[in-house]
Amino acid sequence: MATKNQRIHTVEPFIWELSAPGRVGASIPEADVPEYPLPGEIPLRTDLPLPEVSELEVVRHFTRLSRLNFSIDTHMYPLGSCTMKYNPKVNDAAASLPGFSEVHPLLPEDLCQGSLELLYRLQRALETLSGFTAVSLQPAAGAHGELAGVLMIRAYHLDRGDTKRTRILIPDSAHGTNPASVSMAGFTAEQIPSDKRGNVDLSILRQRCDDTVAGLMITNPNTLGLFEENIEEVTGIVHEAGGLVYGDGANFNALLGYLRPADVGIDVMHFNLHKTFSTPHGGGGPGAGPVGANARLAPYLPGPIVRSIGSETIRSNGRKRTEGAFQGHGSRYTLFYPEKSIGRVKAFYGNFGILVRAFAYILQMGGDGLRAVAEHAVLNANYLKHLIGNRYRIPYSRPCMHEFVATGDIAPGIHTMDVAKRLLDYGFHPPTVYFPLIVKEALMIEPTETESRQTIEAFADALLRIAEEAATSPELLHEAPHDTPVGRLDEVRAAREPILNRRQTEKLEGTR
Amino acid sequence: MIPYIPHTDEDRKVMLATLGLQRVEDLFQDIPERHRKPAIDLPPGRSETEVLRELKRMASQNTSAEEVAFFLGAGAYRHFIPAALESIVSRGEFLTSYTPYQPEASQGTLQAMFEYQSLLADLLGMDTVNASHYDGAAALAEAVLLAYRAKGGERKTVVLSAALHPEYIETVKTYIRPFGLQIRGLEEGAWKPEELERVTDESVCCVVVPFPTFFGSLVVYRTLCMATHQKGALFIVSVDPISLALFEPPGSYGADIVTGEGQSLGSHLSFGGPGLGIFATRGDLLRRMPGRLAGVTCDRKDRNGFVLTLNTREQHIRREKATSNICSNQGHVALRAAVYLSLLGKTGLRRVAELTYRKAFYAAERLGAIPGYRVTSPSPFFREFVLQCPIPAEEMVRRLQDHRIIPGLPLSRYYPDRQQELLVCVTELNTKEEIDRFADALAKVR
Repeated sequence: MATKNQRIHTVEPFIWELSAPGRVGASIPEADVPEYPLPGEIPLRTDLPLPEVSELEVVRHFTRLSRLNFSIDTHMYPLGSCTMKYNPKVNDAAASLPGFSEVHPLLPEDLCQGSLELLYRLQRALETLSGFTAVSLQPAAGAHGELAGVLMIRAYHLDRGDTKRTRILIPDSAHGTNPASVSMAGFTAEQIPSDKRGNVDLSILRQRCDDTVAGLMITNPNTLGLFEENIEEVTGIVHEAGGLVYGDGANFNALLGYLRPADVGIDVMHFNLHKTFSTPHGGGGPGAGPVGANARLAPYLPGPIVRSIGSETIRSNGRKRTEGAFQGHGSRYTLFYPEKSIGRVKAFYGNFGILVRAFAYILQMGGDGLRAVAEHAVLNANYLKHLIGNRYRIPYSRPCMHEFVATGDIAPGIHTMDVAKRLLDYGFHPPTVYFPLIVKEALMIEPTETESRQTIEAFADALLRIAEEAATSPELLHEAPHDTPVGRLDEVRAAREPILNRRQTEKLEGTR
Repeated sequence: MIPYIPHTDEDRKVMLATLGLQRVEDLFQDIPERHRKPAIDLPPGRSETEVLRELKRMASQNTSAEEVAFFLGAGAYRHFIPAALESIVSRGEFLTSYTPYQPEASQGTLQAMFEYQSLLADLLGMDTVNASHYDGAAALAEAVLLAYRAKGGERKTVVLSAALHPEYIETVKTYIRPFGLQIRGLEEGAWKPEELERVTDESVCCVVVPFPTFFGSLVVYRTLCMATHQKGALFIVSVDPISLALFEPPGSYGADIVTGEGQSLGSHLSFGGPGLGIFATRGDLLRRMPGRLAGVTCDRKDRNGFVLTLNTREQHIRREKATSNICSNQGHVALRAAVYLSLLGKTGLRRVAELTYRKAFYAAERLGAIPGYRVTSPSPFFREFVLQCPIPAEEMVRRLQDHRIIPGLPLSRYYPDRQQELLVCVTELNTKEEIDRFADALAKVR
């Protein structure tokens, strides 16, 4: 392409290239009310440049597009820290029940008790699994939950008149979104290095903690796939300095039924329902990033959240009674704002359709099933690490949790990107590449519990064969992928002269 | 037996033996022992049949819009969704793929994103649309932050129309609090262009208006937009996309940023989510834009393809200096919107908008003619209007439940002093028979 006056030619034509004047792709009923003229005082639009395509052509177009994708339904997709596990179909069936999908968020509460019950019981299930006092389901994604959580930390300190705390510490093994979330909440982000075992460097953490630290954001297991061995010391140091600890829950899949983050001093944490709780990623979203908090921060949760009336008792220690509450029968449910809520982070109550899916998953798995999830996710990761460990360098070799980091510089001149692209030819989606930043040439691999031993072994075989090829015929890797609809794409060019929509293609082509 | 964990006893045995371990718990030694493996107070797992039975029971406690005459909108709208749309978007290749970080394995998602960006840019009359934001409220909040930063962080006042959706206003407040921005316009109840212009001066970074307003009113903003620019501030419009099939899009009168809720483009009510945050800018604001963008490029054999581009704006590259922390977006809802606009096309979308306009007008005529009731919307309006009732609107909603009618939103939900006003929403899905039945019932319950 891309020289002037040339057509852009894609594997599948653009939808507007299938358009012909007068074609329709949907039937709309005739009017059954009188005609009223459009208002004279409001400027009308003169053209509506939308395509005109028949229903069949639209179906074929998007079906053909879909077939250009890798997906969990078609390929193993071992992206580290993304938890690309199977998305059970019953979850989708549940979310599309008309009693959920056709229900309006502003109905009188009497008319949407089913939705409120579901939200309430999901809150309780997440509380039970994490040990937190309360959960808000409102955030739409993990980063959205991070923002909410850091805003809660901010509100907590200000509420106590503690205005000096402007810094938030982030280990270099944390998730990529953390620093940006900190900035959006008006704090400055400060990186803490890891030690040789992949833990937070305690002596540096101690040095950096003082009365200007608002908190620490920690990902545990971290992005090396390692459990923070000194987690209680880490949270203790931060608490002693008057700071709070945010837990990034993206890797919670490894801990289900094995650790409640609240028990080791995490004050507030988000869950990624689209990772741990099996809801589909949809090509980038929607996800759901509920945020949970201990008694200290629960009053600051974003609202509204749901409570049940008539069935809740408070223990003498101030914690809610949880026994049997998950069942939820016989109560009435109502929306409310926590006492000192940071407010809303979006309209309505969260990505409800995703919340239904996660709830269906929890119901089907049960407590023991969720514990089995963590066990098999961790078993699969360690098994895979073992199978490839002779040919791929594993910079941190202690037992991993649900994922591990290897490096792709397996032969002179071979880079991680070459290995990743070659995997596509073998029918596997590549792992996460070049992350975490603390490992050069990182390949971050998370097989998840839903892959069988055969699939894990086949993936390991592919990696081992690629290591072989790297030594004998490196050009196979450099030129990969060979079997995809397009080859390696020029990202620099895309950014230099951005073409981001139809009108810009026309400008470039200069012919229409 | 769990169908989502494929391991047999034999598998576990082989895998553990390979690792030289006795039990899988041995892999969890790093977790402090006193906290390891706590009791989990959740019931045992259930079969698919039992799960669906339980969820159907819960769903049946809700009133679905399909089983009643439905006139409630207020930010979540019921429009026609073609069967072909459901069929396309439920394909696993779309639904179960990840963010297209490996473009060679994601050309389907990337081209669909590109087509979404194109169709929306044309509908809004804007230069660039991103691949989606969380919802209309969060998109608006980030637009305000964009404007604040684009003005160098020196202008610390935001003018908000009092006719914005109340939940959007609350969301904006949450987002701007850390930056100490002041809001103007709300307390004065300003929403008319001349009222908003009056409170706009050189301390203002942006003026934010809805189209149509939360109350359904259509407002002409061209003059206000010019006045805003004269004061050196950015003009932001929060739109309903369906209304733009009929009316001049904000891009054509110079809006700098357009945001909106795209749920009405082919997505279900779904108790308020997932929605679709529309986010669009004019030219030079592109590099400050939050969120993902799909762009065209080519491979080594000069074949065209798509990649995620301008990533240096984003959190995974720019870290704490990124334009936003957004990562996961509402990609699959954007796909729904792209398919919706493709299926409805030029003629279909216009007809949906026209029918919506006409039916709302008809309903206002019928309801406003009932003694004791009065339509108080400053005409003209699109899809929604305010009906003044002789009794508290909440009470009216209760009484109409017996008639299987959900008549609208009592404005008292957001405005305690507006007890007798009802926000009525009519779309192309409401039949004349339903509207007449609504009017007849209303005449009886007054």
